[in-house]
Amino acid sequence: MSNIFNVVSKRFNSGSSEPENKNNVKNNIPDNLFFKCPRCRTVVPRYTYRDVNRVCPNCNYHGRLTAQQRIALTVDKGSFREIDGGMMSRDPIDFPDYTKKQQALRESTGLKDAIITGEARIRRIPVMIGVMDTRYMMASMGSVVGEKITRTIETATRKKMPVIMFTASGGARMQEGIVSLMQMAKTSGAVAKHNEAGQLYITVLTDPTTGGVTASFASLGDIIIAEPKVLVGFAGRRVIEGTIKQRLPDDFQLAEFLLDKGFVDMIVERKRMRSVLSHLMTLHGYKKIED
Amino acid sequence: MSELTAWERQLLVREKTRPTVNDYIPLIFDEFYELHGDRLYGDDAAIMGGIGRIDDQPVTILAEVKGRDLNENKKTNFAMPHPEGYRKALRLAKQAEKFHRPVVCFIDTPGAFCGIEAEERGQGEAIARNIMEFMRLKTPVISVVLGEGGSGGALALGVCDKLGMLENALYSVISPRGCASILWKDASREHEACDVLHITAEDMVKFGVAEGIIEEPNGSAEHDVYKTAENIKDFLVDSLKENLRKDIDILLEQRYTKFRKIGEFTE
Ligand SMILES: [Zn+2]
Repeated sequence: MSNIFNVVSKRFNSGSSEPENKNNVKNNIPDNLFFKCPRCRTVVPRYTYRDVNRVCPNCNYHGRLTAQQRIALTVDKGSFREIDGGMMSRDPIDFPDYTKKQQALRESTGLKDAIITGEARIRRIPVMIGVMDTRYMMASMGSVVGEKITRTIETATRKKMPVIMFTASGGARMQEGIVSLMQMAKTSGAVAKHNEAGQLYITVLTDPTTGGVTASFASLGDIIIAEPKVLVGFAGRRVIEGTIKQRLPDDFQLAEFLLDKGFVDMIVERKRMRSVLSHLMTLHGYKKIED
Repeated sequence: MSELTAWERQLLVREKTRPTVNDYIPLIFDEFYELHGDRLYGDDAAIMGGIGRIDDQPVTILAEVKGRDLNENKKTNFAMPHPEGYRKALRLAKQAEKFHRPVVCFIDTPGAFCGIEAEERGQGEAIARNIMEFMRLKTPVISVVLGEGGSGGALALGVCDKLGMLENALYSVISPRGCASILWKDASREHEACDVLHITAEDMVKFGVAEGIIEEPNGSAEHDVYKTAENIKDFLVDSLKENLRKDIDILLEQRYTKFRKIGEFTE
């Protein structure tokens, strides 16, 4: 195994051009055996990457987690109660292959749509939580994502609870047309009411958070946290490069860039996330429950 | 109702001869004082703001501005706002709230600008903040889509109590061109994407996004800008009258519900 690894890293460090590298990835590296860091291009065996909770050992890029993995890492063991787990999207504009695509994704991922929401405890503090999952249509926001987020926040408003949203998204879900765009208004409205009720809303921006999600509930946290080196922005990198006709610097739209520009409060590593979240909630007066 | 296909409407609203908000404002409002700047960074000409009067009612006016020629478009960036444009709109909306003045928005944009500076200054945050604040703004908000309603860049002025669409105006989550290049990896099939996306005024009424379709004389606003302006004015005056009567808490609850109920799913 380590032999293969060496050969592969040599290939990547040989300075050959981008497209060739891309082909090599496809042709020579079995995708499931190796992880190539999208930030520093280091290649590590996938089991190593998994062992460190999907954080690049070289540059500290915090990689993507499934919603289940995120929940397991974040909330108290056994405390998560999912809500609206059976909600599924209709096909409001009869978009080509949308229904078929969703059926296939439901089978391959076990998800019903791109978000899991529910009630949980973090270090014994009750919290409403939502976690987006990029395996499902790049976690784009359609009716289900919008409705589940809205209900999660509305429940928190009613029960005077904090909300923590782990965001990741390619943006609005084109396949649902204008209906998807309106989810931006719906979710932001729910945030506004939670805000008026004086409750705490924390967003944790994970890789990647873009488009209509950045332009709605993700950017509206009382406190906005980002994981290291994750991509956060409104417009896609390629769209901007197309407009300005030049390559953007590597650190453009990364968490550290946003911190520098004043759009996130702090960058928090995965291993400290539970601790930071629980302390922030405690500072806002939320109490631990004694069993 | 327009007899044109979605693609024909797309071509029509992009025509240089299509009237812009600068043509309509003097015909709809008795007075108009433009107010500049977001008080944070600069003044974005892509969004114009000001105070005016419609009949006897003072209103705050916010509008995305398409240029009528290349020079104007250089100034207004083809109606693609930067964050400071949205922040100016929010500043003036909050000012309207303070003075119990309703807000009238004109939407006409291909979308929010996608560029380095827009990202550096928080394009996403600016749009998000507008959407949230307009959702709870304690004064009536009436919006009209004049031509193109491009995605989040349009929604930032589109959270309202009543939305009117000029009969050929369009409102879409993604540009048909962008949709075509994702769906078929071929941007030149945008005419097909126009149909696929369901972006017409009738579609907006069907999905509960718009409440009114405003007639364009003889099938196109450019045929008679005076008559078009009159039709827009009628829509605004009626909508303002209807919403100014309402108790503010009821108004806000109805606005919330309007967006709250959009979504199609099974449980
Ligand atoms: Zn790395």
